Amino acid sequence: MKNLHETIIERFLLFCSLITIFTTLGIIGVLLFETISFFREVSIVEFLTDTEWTPLFSAKRFGVMPLFAGTFLTTIIALVVAIPLGLTISVYLSEYADKRFRSIVKPVLEVLAAVPTVVYGFFALVYVTPLLQKIIPDLAGFNALSPGIVMGIMILPLISSLSEDALYAVPKVLREGSFALGATKFQTARKVMLPAAFSGISVSIILAISRAIGETMIVAIAAGQQPRLTFNPLVPIETATTYIVQVSQGDVPHDSIEYKTIFSVGITLFVITLILNNISFWLKKRYHQAYR
Amino acid sequence: MAKLNDKIFEGKRSSAEIADTAFKFFGLACTLFGMFILVVLMFDIIARGFHRISWEFITNLPSRRAASAGIYTAWVGTLWIMVVTALIAFPIGISAGLYLEEYNKKGRFANFLEINIANLAGVPSIIYGLLGLEIFARFLHFGQSVLTGACTLALLILPIIIVSTREALKSVPYSIREASYALGATKWKTMWNQVLPASIAGIFTGVILALSRAIGETAPLVVIGALAFVPFVPGGVFDSFTVLPIQIFNWISRPQKEFSENAAAAIIILLLITFVMNGIGVYIRYTWQKKIKW
Repeated sequence: MKNLHETIIERFLLFCSLITIFTTLGIIGVLLFETISFFREVSIVEFLTDTEWTPLFSAKRFGVMPLFAGTFLTTIIALVVAIPLGLTISVYLSEYADKRFRSIVKPVLEVLAAVPTVVYGFFALVYVTPLLQKIIPDLAGFNALSPGIVMGIMILPLISSLSEDALYAVPKVLREGSFALGATKFQTARKVMLPAAFSGISVSIILAISRAIGETMIVAIAAGQQPRLTFNPLVPIETATTYIVQVSQGDVPHDSIEYKTIFSVGITLFVITLILNNISFWLKKRYHQAYR
Repeated sequence: MAKLNDKIFEGKRSSAEIADTAFKFFGLACTLFGMFILVVLMFDIIARGFHRISWEFITNLPSRRAASAGIYTAWVGTLWIMVVTALIAFPIGISAGLYLEEYNKKGRFANFLEINIANLAGVPSIIYGLLGLEIFARFLHFGQSVLTGACTLALLILPIIIVSTREALKSVPYSIREASYALGATKWKTMWNQVLPASIAGIFTGVILALSRAIGETAPLVVIGALAFVPFVPGGVFDSFTVLPIQIFNWISRPQKEFSENAAAAIIILLLITFVMNGIGVYIRYTWQKKIKW
């Protein structure tokens, strides 16, 4: 009797963990199902090579490149902000700052990651864009630059915290050995610590890239809704995530081609983030082995 | 010759030292800059929206006129979503965490589950919206209801709850389990009477942080079709709903300045809820770490 009781509970717990697998299967299933029916009407070659994305117009073109050009443009801007800033902060906190300062600063910076993204979108639109327009008069009201910068601020704690953890995990003897040779803290950080923590830092950067690519609200609010194959950060663009939001807000019939496009865009997004995430897992596994 | 060498050596050292000091200040400046942005963000939003916050703003129904529009349906919707999401995600997340950490820790299957959960944690939230739209809203016919929203967000925060539950369970020393087994307790009795009570604070911290993330989510709810203009408060899980982030998004999308002020005021409320929840989570973790010394 007792055994039965235990078995039932264990089965229940197992079932709860299986829900995560059902979720993955659900995501893949839903995306594939709608995408396959999308590719019955649109050729995959057009989807990947056409340079126009106009499914919502009467002259429909289905080239996904403009959307992902927008996604990569905002992501690159975010990284240009977040990587130098994040790495500098992580090196400063792990090598220079005293413990108390670090124990205050780290949680405060992590608040940046807890702010809902719709708030960042608002901040980009009503504060950062007008501020940038004073410096760059040509800047359009919707553009890639402002949400890109704000997204960089959003992913900053991801890079600074995870990189700091990676620097912290480097064995102390390496640092002390460098000091013993007469190197300054900066030389030690640059020549010893950063290379030693390289894979951990890469993990943080890849996760930040993945987060930036999937980020929706900041770009949906401040980057515009004009799919455009450009790398000009001053004009309105549209990212892949924004397009999904745009279609969801409208009243699109459920079996129309417009409806299916959001799944084909979604699966492309899913595959890109999946690859990035798994590169980071692989790197993480390798660096855990390195120091054990 | 020796003197010359000394000089070169000293020169090199001092330039390295200058670089070192320069970096020290540069690093401090960057760190303070990060915190400065947070302060600017807060101040800007408070300056824009604080004057709009009033009892009427919190209790008024949405309106097409900015001055009389309130967030009543939005915050009640957020509350609904929060409670239903919690009811779905907590039992499942904690059970799954328990299973992975205590029942089936090693082996191929456990490894597979673990990789899967890590992958789910990295899936963009908007993709969960597409899942919710097809499975909950359309296939199960929940429509654009509280239940659809809550199920979608529950799946979204499940990986976070599972991972933080496992972390909390890990911090319970193995000797506690062994002592319980030695007294003849079964596996589940040990879990229920010893391990879970000992780790409950840690689990709660993770759960609250996960919920506070769910509250701020906008994209998946927009995708499942949550409406911005809902003139009534949901009375059950099958009613349609709106939430604070969606109300904010809707107000931001309008060109008039008054609506932008409304958005800022609603953001103040949303940030307040988010920070209070984060604060509670961190407080529980802090007091718990202090109290228990194994």
